[in-house]
Amino acid sequence: MAVLNAPRIVSSRSEFADSFTLSRYLATGGYQGLKKALGMHPEAVGAEVDAASLLGRGGAGFPAGRKWSMLRRAPVSYLVINGDESEPATFKDHFLVERDPHQLIEGVTIAAYALQVTQAFIFLRGEFALGLERVQQALNESYEHGALGANIFNSGFSLDIVVHPGAGAYICGEETALIEALEGKRGFPRIKPPFFPAAIGLYGAPTVVNNVETMANLPWIIENGGAAFAALGAGRSTGTRLFALSGRVKNPAMFELEMVKNSFRDLIFDPDLGNGIIDDRAIKAFIPGGVSAPWFGPEHLDLALGQDEVAEKASMLGSGSVVVFDETTCAVRAAWRITKFFSRESCGQCTPCREGSGWLERIMFRLEHGGGRREDLDLLLDLCDNIAPGLSWPPQQTTICVLGSSIPSSIHSAITMFKDEFLAHVVNDGCTHG
Amino acid sequence: MSHLRPELRQRAEETVALYPQRRSAMLPLLHLVQEQDGYLSAEGMDEVAELTGTTPAEVRGTASFYDMFHLEPVGTYVVGVCTNIACLLAGGQELLQHASERLGCAVGSTSPDGLFTLEETECLADCNIAPCVQVNHRFVRTTTPDSFDALVSDLREGRRGDEVPPHGTLNRVRRVGGLRVSRTQIASERSTALAARDARTTAEPK
Amino acid sequence: MAENTPSNTTVSVTIDGRVMSAERGELLIETAERAGTYVPRFCYHPRMAPVGMCRMCLVEVDGPRGATLQPACYISVSDGMIISTDSEKVKKAQDGVLEFLLANHPLDCPVCDKGGECPLQDQTLTHGSGETRFIEEKRHFAKPISIGELVLLDRERCIQCARCTRFAAEVAGDAAIDFAGRGDKIEVAPFPTEPFDSVFSGNTVQICPVGALTAKPYRFTARPWDLEQVESTCTTCSVGCRIAVQSSANRLTRVLGIDSDPVNHGWLCDKGRFVIDAVDGEQSSFDVLDPSTRLTEPMVRRNGELVAVGWGEALAVTAQILRDATANGADGVGAIGGAALTNEGAFAWQRLLRDVLGTDNIDAQYGDGLDGALVASLPRATIDEMAAACTVVLLSGDLREELPVLFLRLRESVVKAQTNIVELATGSNSLRSLARVSLPTRPGEAHLVARALSVKDNSYATLSTHPNGAGFSEADLNEARRLIGDTGEGVVFVVGRPNGAESASIVEYAIRTFAVSFPKAKFVTALRRSNVFGALDMGLAPGLLPGRSSVASQARVNEREVPTSGRGTISQLRALANQHQSAVILLGGLLRGNVADRALSERALSRSHVIAVTGHGGADLAYAEVILPATVNHERSGTVTNLEGRVSAVIAKVVAPGSAWNDVAIASELAETLGQSLGLDSIEATSLAIESTTSYPAASVLRGDFNDGVVVGRVANNSVQRPLDPMANPGIRSVDMVGLAPRAGSLAQSELTPPRSVATIEVADVLAPSISSIALADAYSLRVVATRRLYDRGAGVSATSALSALSALTTVEANPYDLDRLGVTTGDVVRVVTARGNFELAVTANSGVTRGTAEIFLNTLSNDGVDVAGGMIFNADDVVSEIRLESR
Ligand SMILES: Cc1cc2nc3c(=O)[nH]c(=O)nc-3n(C[C@H](O)[C@H](O)[C@H](O)COP(=O)(O)O)c2cc1C
Ligand code: SF4
Ligand code: FES
Repeated sequence: MAVLNAPRIVSSRSEFADSFTLSRYLATGGYQGLKKALGMHPEAVGAEVDAASLLGRGGAGFPAGRKWSMLRRAPVSYLVINGDESEPATFKDHFLVERDPHQLIEGVTIAAYALQVTQAFIFLRGEFALGLERVQQALNESYEHGALGANIFNSGFSLDIVVHPGAGAYICGEETALIEALEGKRGFPRIKPPFFPAAIGLYGAPTVVNNVETMANLPWIIENGGAAFAALGAGRSTGTRLFALSGRVKNPAMFELEMVKNSFRDLIFDPDLGNGIIDDRAIKAFIPGGVSAPWFGPEHLDLALGQDEVAEKASMLGSGSVVVFDETTCAVRAAWRITKFFSRESCGQCTPCREGSGWLERIMFRLEHGGGRREDLDLLLDLCDNIAPGLSWPPQQTTICVLGSSIPSSIHSAITMFKDEFLAHVVNDGCTHG
Repeated sequence: MSHLRPELRQRAEETVALYPQRRSAMLPLLHLVQEQDGYLSAEGMDEVAELTGTTPAEVRGTASFYDMFHLEPVGTYVVGVCTNIACLLAGGQELLQHASERLGCAVGSTSPDGLFTLEETECLADCNIAPCVQVNHRFVRTTTPDSFDALVSDLREGRRGDEVPPHGTLNRVRRVGGLRVSRTQIASERSTALAARDARTTAEPK
Repeated sequence: MAENTPSNTTVSVTIDGRVMSAERGELLIETAERAGTYVPRFCYHPRMAPVGMCRMCLVEVDGPRGATLQPACYISVSDGMIISTDSEKVKKAQDGVLEFLLANHPLDCPVCDKGGECPLQDQTLTHGSGETRFIEEKRHFAKPISIGELVLLDRERCIQCARCTRFAAEVAGDAAIDFAGRGDKIEVAPFPTEPFDSVFSGNTVQICPVGALTAKPYRFTARPWDLEQVESTCTTCSVGCRIAVQSSANRLTRVLGIDSDPVNHGWLCDKGRFVIDAVDGEQSSFDVLDPSTRLTEPMVRRNGELVAVGWGEALAVTAQILRDATANGADGVGAIGGAALTNEGAFAWQRLLRDVLGTDNIDAQYGDGLDGALVASLPRATIDEMAAACTVVLLSGDLREELPVLFLRLRESVVKAQTNIVELATGSNSLRSLARVSLPTRPGEAHLVARALSVKDNSYATLSTHPNGAGFSEADLNEARRLIGDTGEGVVFVVGRPNGAESASIVEYAIRTFAVSFPKAKFVTALRRSNVFGALDMGLAPGLLPGRSSVASQARVNEREVPTSGRGTISQLRALANQHQSAVILLGGLLRGNVADRALSERALSRSHVIAVTGHGGADLAYAEVILPATVNHERSGTVTNLEGRVSAVIAKVVAPGSAWNDVAIASELAETLGQSLGLDSIEATSLAIESTTSYPAASVLRGDFNDGVVVGRVANNSVQRPLDPMANPGIRSVDMVGLAPRAGSLAQSELTPPRSVATIEVADVLAPSISSIALADAYSLRVVATRRLYDRGAGVSATSALSALSALTTVEANPYDLDRLGVTTGDVVRVVTARGNFELAVTANSGVTRGTAEIFLNTLSNDGVDVAGGMIFNADDVVSEIRLESR
């Protein structure tokens, strides 16, 4: 049974049609967290976030408080918010920037205060045209209201936030590629070392990069205390999280759920949540955290929605997006489409990623559309192994960023879980699904 | 002579001033050129090179990395249909096929009347309303062939003007306020802010 | 209890089981190479920042989380690191990367220029499985497309290593090409309307690890296995880049840059790389007026016609002309030119002129250089010292146009924030955007600005009496003063002739002021002509003797009769024009294009006996009575001296056409014909004579002990053979050790003196030039700044078809402010009114040109092919030149 009694931390205003306006925001407790934070010592603000154990919501799940405190010695110059959200089947940040931009701005301001930076950038995916307008509008209101700009709420703290539009490239979600795009360049991820953002980030200066949802949690955490946040969830996975459910379910939607307290089964089948599979068919498999993650079969449905719980089973909760396959879903076709995505979105720097993704995609295309050979299966796995040696999770890398090493996930999962289906594609010279 | 219209040129200069380094304004400026010309004209890219202190080859090279920038003219409406995993499972591929037939142009090309350019997109982050369709980067929440047809008639007859601005227009809200006004003011505000920060961070937390 | 405590700077690492020590921070790929392990790589280039793109260099590094694959090209060594470069895992990863690289690579090795010297091909042959598992359709692009005048791009062959684009942006500072597209659609691209015509474009061809970028002039001319090569020195300008010269069947095919640490870092400019066409020349052409004609036989003029004769007859005629000309005194002859000679050639000619003919009318420069004694007296900086300087003061032409690789070295140190530039801004300057302070300096003002910077007197106040006021503010001046300091410690002055339409006395005064006021400063003299420094050091200037000593001082010591008041080039031309001198020997270079005052040189030549010693045709030969054909670079061995005073070897690679002789032989035989012996029987003997009489390390260098040459007066490192990184210089086969090839003929076994300091002239002893008064600028005239372009109408460019298409076109460049007053703008044609007449020329608006001045390119043609500038504007008698522009 799903546990649905947790507070709504980041999606509380979603019922209101005018949730994105300053008046609604103020009427629903907006900017109280910021006011409180400004009365605290910056380090005390950081300490609350540390106590909350707020894991980054961008995919890697690194604790935000730790990230900040690592930078205590090197004064941080810039705070950059990652709103590139392009991981397939992920749509939480889209929701947050369009529906509650003030919450984001308040969170950013709190983080900026804790880090003592005076310049922040919100990088938003270019395709979020409405989101860009809403955030810009909210920024204007916020400046006007005194919640942003010079001498915020008479605290002596000043902050400028620039919203920076992307222009259509998944790789710009990778934090160093995002920094390059913010510097007006091609979104090529940087080599690490030496370009760890915390050391050599935007304009070569120490930089913190955090996800939109990570920021959106901050007003609540400051208002209610880190301990209250940490009291939700379990283990390292505290608080609530936005889960984006899509694919073959009756009610594809976004749900804010307390971490760990619910299982994938709850998310997919609970009548208040996913409400089961379309036409009540059988579930075939699901991706637990964005298309970079290895797939799970029905045997993992009872796994709790927690970061470590999923990691233990060699996949990841990632961006919090769950895609459900049912028996009508062709595993070859699904893996082919995901591979095509990586091939299109590879930035093109690293040979294994650039050439490997295209090669894999063409083999998968042949298997799906006719022309597949039996030996293609071994070839696929061996090429995958050359991109991510060992085919383990978390993957080993031969590339600059983990886009490369994520490419094999879907193919490897599909071949391991549905080898017969591949062989049928070979025998039938293509797909026979509907 | 500026290629950008005076009003856009002014916005461009304001945009450049928002960043510590000129080149940072590259993507927003390219969006502005696209707002004026509908695509990235050579003259527009030249002007962006001048404004950002780069070479035209760098501007074009940078622009061509990003899917939203068009180096060739496109239709009045750029229609994107997502076929990535969530949309694939909801019939995105089929909807794309339908769109292609309905608009009379292959994926990646422009309809004969010059009105529509059809693109197959990657995930647009609206996966609960799948398959996902954008027109000029506005979500139109059109998931079935029938609703797609209705959308096309609306567009043909100019009924979605408010919702779907001309191709290239990204952010219709102008920035008002903010710290950054003039370079010197930025510098002085930043240094006062930094001094204040030093004062705060050296004090012990309570 | 650390037993093996690393010192602060060194760490200890284990590579494939062997323990070795390394500098902290050294890149793994370099450490491994020192350990003798070559880690395969494509994108890594030791002269550029690592980007880790190709992923070929993966090795296994043991870390806290077990052994992981890491790229050797950007991981720095740390203490205790355990590295495996040959484990199974490494081999599988590297083979995997190679297979990915080959997946879309076309199968056109047999028709690819790179075939036979291609690192990708080499890797495949040594490691590849030999069988492809890639059965899909390969990626297709249109076969080679032209991306610039000199470079072709085959996009199918590109492996996206970004070496070329990084070179353009990072090293050359002009990103005329960049990556376009994303993922497997990435291609290298210029902007459609702006071709890749950087003066450094050839470097991208050289560092391309595959055959994606090819040089149009070299395309299909040779296969690498047919090529022979020697290491030599480029003599296109005075930087003296180290080069590998390659030939096939006695034809030069290609020049590649060698990674010489103190000099060129592997880079070359396109002029140096591609002028070899000019050497091969048109040997079948008989038009001696055409610069692309290679002269093969001696010629004398009979009945107005030049006819080919034997050497005996030519020398006899020459001797007779010289005897006649000196009948009334040695002053009747003189020689002009010699900067293109080797040190040995220059030394031999100097002996002939001073010792046999008894004249001091000798000048290697063309009135566009600097006083030889002043040059000899300046404390020299090496290029490395310039690059390490805290401040570099520029009083020179645009280095990118005049000394391109010096520009690269200086640019690098500015970009890496090691060096501040203070510029006395005269004409346009490619370094301006990087300069900390630019002090706009109009013609006739440099000496005042120099005083303002050094003695800090008030004389620069007169600058503000100019109709446009002083070109700079007091604050700029003070900032420049601060950067230079009081003693000039750590400061390098780069000084040359920024303006060919201004008397040398102006900058000479300025330079002397700097040298006297800043005793700790050093100087790079930015004279651009190939071996001009060697020629000066060998005494090819009035009053200078070999070894940087002056005639005057030698006369004092030896109590010997030597003429002490020889004529320089301009004085000789005047003397020839009014027939105080009757004969002139033109040494390896012609006047046209070199002497700015063309009217004067034509008057002079038409009234005198002209003996031309040259390898190439040229318009001046219309006046020649005798032509003595000389070998040119790559056909002769010897030494040359660059702007640092670095003596390095030039090596003959091909045999000269016909019966051309080297200059030592011509001078020696001419001396014999005149009844005296120079005692210089060979080039080697000449180098020994130079070294034994002046301590100038000519013989030591020529013997081949010093790869990077020896800087005169400094302790030389006896450099070992240079193993070249084949990927740093793809094109030189990976197994080659490129050093000086053993040469035929042996040097005399005498003990060579180790290089020691040569004679010096003190700057205080150099006469301060006097500056004739300059008429006050009037508000309607513009003072002319005449500058040099790399691609001018000089012989080298004119004789190289690939380059002549790039020749700069002359327009009048002026500040938009001045043009606005006239109501004209770029492209408009105006009437240029000079003291000598007027003509029409197009204008270009350029805000880099100082108000009140107009910039014109020397030795270039206008759009209509008219050579207006040289003929009409410059008068050698004027301190500055002025023009007026009138709209038509
Ligand atoms: C290929 C790739 C794509 C990514 N895309 C996103 C993204 O769209 N949004 C995001 O917040 N983080 C993304 N990340 C993760 C970021 O690099 C970074 O870890 C994150 O923004 C940090 O924020 P957090 O600590 O608040 O999670 C991506 C990483 C990779 C390797
Ligand atoms: S792994 Fe792929 S996306 Fe990441 S840097 Fe390399 S090529 Fe680019
Ligand atoms: S990645 Fe190291 S050499 Fe290319």
